[in-house]
Amino acid sequence: MTRPNNQTTVIVAHQFETLEQQFDADLLGMWLFLVTEALLFSGAFLALAVYYHQYYDTFSAAARELHWLLAGINSVILLTSGLAVALAEQAAEEHRRRLTLCWLSATIALGVAFLCLKSYEYYMEYRAGLIPFLDQPFAFSGPDPHNAMLFYNFYFAITGLHALHMIIGLMVLLVMLVLTYRWRESARVARQVRIAGLYWAFVDIVWVLVYCSLYLLGR
Amino acid sequence: MNYLNAGYGLKSWLLTLDHKRVAWLYFISITGFFFLGGAAATLVRLELITPAGDLLSSDAYNQMFSLHGIVMVWFFLIPSIPATMGNFLLPLMLGARDMAFPRLNLMSWYVFILGGLFTLTAVIAGGIDTGWTFYTPYSTMFSNGAVLAAATGVFIVGFSSILTGINFIVTTHKMRAPGLTWFRLPLFVWAQYATSLIMVLATPVLSITLVLLGVERAFGIGIFDPALGGDPILFEHLFWFYSHPAVYIMLLPAMGVVSEVIACFAHKRIFGYKVMAFSILAIALFGFLVWGHHMFVSGQSIYAGVAFSLLSFLVSVPSALKIFNWLATLYKGHIRFDAPMLFALSFIGLFLIGGLTGVFVATLALDIQMHDTYFVVAHFHYIMVGGMVSAYMAGLHFWWPKITGRLYPEIWARVSAIIVFAGFNLTFFPQFILGWAGMPRRYHAYAEEFQLLNVFSSAGAGMLAVGYLLPLLYLIWSLRYGARASGNPWDARGLEWTVASPPPKENFATVPRVDSEAYAYDTPQ
Ligand code: HEM
Ligand SMILES: [Cu+2]
Repeated sequence: MTRPNNQTTVIVAHQFETLEQQFDADLLGMWLFLVTEALLFSGAFLALAVYYHQYYDTFSAAARELHWLLAGINSVILLTSGLAVALAEQAAEEHRRRLTLCWLSATIALGVAFLCLKSYEYYMEYRAGLIPFLDQPFAFSGPDPHNAMLFYNFYFAITGLHALHMIIGLMVLLVMLVLTYRWRESARVARQVRIAGLYWAFVDIVWVLVYCSLYLLGR
Repeated sequence: MNYLNAGYGLKSWLLTLDHKRVAWLYFISITGFFFLGGAAATLVRLELITPAGDLLSSDAYNQMFSLHGIVMVWFFLIPSIPATMGNFLLPLMLGARDMAFPRLNLMSWYVFILGGLFTLTAVIAGGIDTGWTFYTPYSTMFSNGAVLAAATGVFIVGFSSILTGINFIVTTHKMRAPGLTWFRLPLFVWAQYATSLIMVLATPVLSITLVLLGVERAFGIGIFDPALGGDPILFEHLFWFYSHPAVYIMLLPAMGVVSEVIACFAHKRIFGYKVMAFSILAIALFGFLVWGHHMFVSGQSIYAGVAFSLLSFLVSVPSALKIFNWLATLYKGHIRFDAPMLFALSFIGLFLIGGLTGVFVATLALDIQMHDTYFVVAHFHYIMVGGMVSAYMAGLHFWWPKITGRLYPEIWARVSAIIVFAGFNLTFFPQFILGWAGMPRRYHAYAEEFQLLNVFSSAGAGMLAVGYLLPLLYLIWSLRYGARASGNPWDARGLEWTVASPPPKENFATVPRVDSEAYAYDTPQ
């Protein structure tokens, strides 16, 4: 079996035999990467669960200070962006360049909106004196402010880590936008958008977990 | 035309996408780290020749054993076999032209180097004295060392093993030549596969743990800080959830190498192939369930201690199966004692002792006495140095002709294998006795009555240094003056031996078709 070299429409990377093989490999690679990402977050969630168990009352009181409604609206925005990226994948699959560009831009816009709203939320928490580090005055009014600090530490560490993933995801989507704009080979673009979409979906799902465990659990 | 003379400039190496050249980049860098870690160990052993703490201050001593541990664990043992021989051989053994993701492969090396630079910065900027385990609250609140830089280095290097792991798994799934079914894979590939699973599943937990540790130290975000209601024991749980599986990242590839070498030099099919393959997976799996055996005296619940103790005993079952199968492979084989075989046989003997003493320290009641003594130090060195490094040497010599196209000087290699074996036992066997007698680890001064055994140990370390420096010299020598190697100088089986030595850039001109089991030593190749 020698490699087919009559395929001029799509260029397969030299180590692969066929485009399907390459696509399968890329997809599996992304899934594995997402497994590692899930495990990364799981360590933080585990620690949160342990302390929630230990200081249930304090943690619930601290959680009630968070802006659940604002974050809820933000969740809607992020999930909508998940829909947009799914539609972009669909459009790329159907070789529709324009439509792909539209949905990708929508995804990015919604993602940026999420981050803006999130920053505003952080700002409100700063104003309310809920930042327990960087030598800020800590003005938590509920019982046991000492252990409440621990809760806010988790809040900032986990949402910060999630925001970092959002930023990485947005950069990936921007690259996709450029690639779609250039539109070299439609099969390849469809594949790349699909893999990028997978990452974005993951970031969405993690947010759902973040929202439930930090904002809703204590209510 | 082969992969070595396909291009000469520095750029052709530093920007290479060829898995065989990436393997070389790793070879060179981890050899550097090995001798750096060795230098630190030399200072530790020199200090311990006398009972008084006279050569190094206690601070300098703490820095030396920490540097030694961090460098050896993350910058030598974890990458060692996978990143060098794994990178070189995996595509060859699968009949593929390269890894699934060649660019990712090169990137993993750059990530590795970046992590290394951070760690070296930590050494220059005041050293680090937490030991390789970074236990909180010492590491976050009290240590004056460059903890942040060192932890960042380890965090970064974690991504290099994650990338390697992903690449290996995808390559094994998607790049096998036609006819190369899972149960025709060489055990080396099975071992790399299981190792990669651990890399992918355990390393991210270390990453997040180090992130939490890092933010605690840098910004005062207390998560393990007892003053904020945090729990330092939680750090230990998270750390060992990675670090026990990590010991199998070090060990499983070694088992893969030894299987190849034993089969070749006994000139026999591996005994119990499927048992070997499944026991590798079983070890990888059980490895995730025993981390609490490092915490018997930490104050964890006694019931957890009992469970972890029993689960740890379970791990020794698949390990023992492997040893019996190697012995059964040797039985009635046409055994040749070339240097790779000598190293592989030392692996079996030393790993056996290391594994058995593992059962000692996994015994809950016994470990109350053993914990934090030299007995533990001897236990893990028997596995990590006696086992793992011996297997690394076995593989290095076995595939050296394939990698370089040159033969190494056999006599010198055998001499080195014997020196290493003798030196190793002289260094570490006394430490079992010392630990049993109660000498604690990690102190620069000790009671008078321990001196004799410590002098033995330090003398052995000197022998070990000679045993490891010799190969450095004669292997480099052989690059230029060694006799040229044929494609298959050992009469071994496996796809990597069907191509020329050194292999051509694209590995295989046409994709090979596989129609027989691995280790078909009863049929001529
Ligand atoms: C197979 C490869 C193995 C490697 C590379 C290895 C390595 C290590 C290392 C590095 C440590 C010390 C960590 C530290 O405190 O700094 C250690 C301790 C320990 N090992 Fe192993 N080990 C291996 C196998 C085993 C097995 C098979 C068992 C049990 C059946 C075992 C049981 C233990 C226990 C219980 C300790 C903790 C002892 C104590 O701290 O008091 N190990 N091992
Ligand atoms: Cu362990």
